[in-house]
Amino acid sequence: MHDVNKSTGPVSTGPDVASGRGRALPISVKSLTKTYGAFNALNNVSIDIRSGEFMTLLGPSGSGKTTLLMVLAGFVRPDSGSVLFGDDEVLLLPPHKRDIGMVFQNYALFPHMTVAENLAYPLKLRSIGKSERQDRVNRALDLVQLGGLGDRGIDALSGGQRQRVALARAVIFEPRILLMDEPLSALDKNLREQMQFEVRALHDRLGITTVYVTHDQREALTMSDRIAVINDGQIQQVDPPQRLYERPKTFFVASFIGETYRLPVDVTNGTASLFGQPIKTGGPLESTALQQALILRPEMLQIADGGPGPDENQMTGTLRQTVFQGDSIVSYISIHGDHEIAVRSQHRSNQTLPVPGSQVRLSWLIQDTVILPEDDQT
Amino acid sequence: MTATEHTEPLNKQALKRQARTQQRNELSLSLPAFILVGSLVLVPIGWLFWLSIYGADGFTAENYIRLLHPSYKKTLITTFELAFLVTGLCILLGYPLAYLASQLKPRMASLVLLCVLFPFWTSLLVRTYAWLVLLQRRGLINTWLMDMGLIDAPLKLAHNFTGTTIGMVHIMLPFFVLPLYASMKTVDLSLLKAAANLGASPVKAFWQIYVPLTLSGLGAGVILVFVLSLGFYVTPALLGGGRVMMWAMQIERSMAVYADWGAASALGVVLLVMTLGILWAFARLTGAMSSVEGK
Amino acid sequence: MWNKPATDTQVTHLQRLWLYILCTLVLLFLVMPTLLVIPMSFSDSRYLSFPPESWSLRWYRAYFSSAEWLQATAVSFKVAFLTMILATTTGTLASYGLHTTRARLGKYMMVLLTMPMIIPVILLAVGIFLTFAPVGLNSTIGGLVLAHTVLAIPLVMITVTAGLKNFDINQEMVARSMGASRPWAFLTVTLPQIRNSVLSGALLAFIISLDEVVIALLIAGGDKATLTRRMFLALRDEIDPTIAAISTLLIVFSIVMLALSQFLQSKK
Repeated sequence: MHDVNKSTGPVSTGPDVASGRGRALPISVKSLTKTYGAFNALNNVSIDIRSGEFMTLLGPSGSGKTTLLMVLAGFVRPDSGSVLFGDDEVLLLPPHKRDIGMVFQNYALFPHMTVAENLAYPLKLRSIGKSERQDRVNRALDLVQLGGLGDRGIDALSGGQRQRVALARAVIFEPRILLMDEPLSALDKNLREQMQFEVRALHDRLGITTVYVTHDQREALTMSDRIAVINDGQIQQVDPPQRLYERPKTFFVASFIGETYRLPVDVTNGTASLFGQPIKTGGPLESTALQQALILRPEMLQIADGGPGPDENQMTGTLRQTVFQGDSIVSYISIHGDHEIAVRSQHRSNQTLPVPGSQVRLSWLIQDTVILPEDDQT
Repeated sequence: MTATEHTEPLNKQALKRQARTQQRNELSLSLPAFILVGSLVLVPIGWLFWLSIYGADGFTAENYIRLLHPSYKKTLITTFELAFLVTGLCILLGYPLAYLASQLKPRMASLVLLCVLFPFWTSLLVRTYAWLVLLQRRGLINTWLMDMGLIDAPLKLAHNFTGTTIGMVHIMLPFFVLPLYASMKTVDLSLLKAAANLGASPVKAFWQIYVPLTLSGLGAGVILVFVLSLGFYVTPALLGGGRVMMWAMQIERSMAVYADWGAASALGVVLLVMTLGILWAFARLTGAMSSVEGK
Repeated sequence: MWNKPATDTQVTHLQRLWLYILCTLVLLFLVMPTLLVIPMSFSDSRYLSFPPESWSLRWYRAYFSSAEWLQATAVSFKVAFLTMILATTTGTLASYGLHTTRARLGKYMMVLLTMPMIIPVILLAVGIFLTFAPVGLNSTIGGLVLAHTVLAIPLVMITVTAGLKNFDINQEMVARSMGASRPWAFLTVTLPQIRNSVLSGALLAFIISLDEVVIALLIAGGDKATLTRRMFLALRDEIDPTIAAISTLLIVFSIVMLALSQFLQSKK
């Protein structure tokens, strides 16, 4: 890479935080609040993003994830709170003094400039001489595999190429932080999956602190170091993808990521029981509420032949229907009358499937047992 | 981290201050335009209003009472007559034109639109002059009609109400057609197919489906033409030949000929109130309509 | 071909014949009177006829040898040019400010600034005359420019605001994130892309000023009379065929302007 210590932004007056690779900075958000009239876009949001981390803000539309990103970028002014880049409070700085790279959903490439001119725009603003400018534009084009396309107009590019130009433009001036707002949502599925890897690879190469907004849980799980799930202007949970999937902390997180089913459990003296039958848990329950729910995922359940193993819970139900889906088989099972759950099992050619209407035992590991208190929002 | 012991939410005051500064900066961009419009439109009109109610002997309604004089009444009637007539003729001529233009292929439609835009861009005076040349006693139309033997003596076409009406329709037609055309372009023609499918004849479908859907564009055109006609000066002054006295001409005459500021300002205030009243009523009406349509 | 359906509901061209004829007549009504002036301006006689009995450039010579007409023309173009500059800059600034602001005052400001469009011109003229009298701006170029600018600002604002609505404001944001201050982002990213709207607005401002009669009639006397004022006065007294020549020149000018504006529209 280029000389990473060179001062490129107008804001490098603060102490240069030497953290990990490059000029990456940690971000610390404290008690951000933003209301639009009666609507709470951000409700006392606090989150710490580590230096060089790939953090994804995941949530449905209107959850506040884009608002949070725009606050980081400086385009939305919150009502109160604090945003630190390293040790510097940036909340009162205008966007152009924050030294951030940004990729918008629609790329926001300048149509009145060529690809190279687009890339040179931030360099010109930093008064970088012509020859170095050209040099860096070429290197950036190579970085996103667009070498030789510098003279093209924006109209002459495909969707994927535009995406790459936007990406190159956002990092060419070596910003300390990279913000992306659903950058892949306009691409078709195959290209999107390919670009997910490319974006992640670029992040790893530059070591830049990245905040990525998406509503696509799969994308979030694939790319992120950690994911912050946001709903109704509040952060629900911040965890690495696997932990988020396995140990959701709220119903919202459980239902937003992956397929989940819920069964009601009664809790007495710290022990949960499902329709009168006690359930073993990995640790003490987080809540003492009397009415709680057991969260189950189709692929964590197994149709068992015998009784439960020492590390398993078990329940019985009636098989309603099985659906063959090629790589897997989904069985719909009703538990205790009117509760239906699904079980996904691997397809094996010599497998014999239980007949609909028959009783089946379902077992799942104690470590996969997630019990959450019923909340009022669902 | 000792500075975080705030009783106030973090940065609240500073952010508020910054938001106010930004709004002030954004609004200040319109300051030059505002100063111009304010000092040359808003203040003078306020002044006119003042002149109309405040005479040499203090507050007075005299200027408005004088407007009840028969000669002013005649002007008022002429003005409304002309405005209604011009608006009616614009509907008759403009609606079919906009209707056809909205259904033509792009190339033909743009040709038609060009014909509508051409008068729009040509000087008002030039067009009024053209009509003078065509309509006067020894003008083209009379000459042709006499050459063809259709009439023996020249018709009185210019310097009267007829000439004024023709000239005004010509001036106003583009104002009517353009908004109507725009609204017709947004009509979903498959609705007419659906109506036909349900058993409506083309004529019925037109009146029951198409016309109601274009009402907002029609309304905009009608209001625009009517309001512009009410305050029109140039064309009636030239094509009317002094025989058609419009409200705007009355204002100019009170001021320039009689230097009667009281009358001129009262006439002006009445014209303004009528204009704004009609626009306001129309805005309320379409607002109510669109809220019913649930847009 | 007349029996082919013209609409989806199987109305044939023949059944619509009346519509075609009516529309053709309306279009002729819109275009022909103005165009007839052109050949008539080359007539040799005082009484304009069509087609002219003999051709000449008599009325063009009359125009180009009249110091009064030429002076009025110069005044008109000077005023129109200055109006264009003033109205386009103030109007564009205001449109941008009001388009981007979230201030509640912005909406009222927009209504206020478009007021000159709905107030009858005669009222504006009287009011402006009244305001200019004490400060001595009547019968000056400056006064005319200010008055015409007020008239043109709403049109500039409407065209520029339409352009801004089509412009993707994210582009300006991305420029700012890369380090451009707001004014610089506007100049290098926003303005180049709403250029055609701004130019359309400028054209409109120019034409509005050039064509304006009523205000000029009240406030532009003496040697600051505009072309339209002189034409109006000449037409009110008697029909001077020189006006046919001037009209022809103005029509040609309008066609050029219309073509320019259509070109700008198509580039949008």
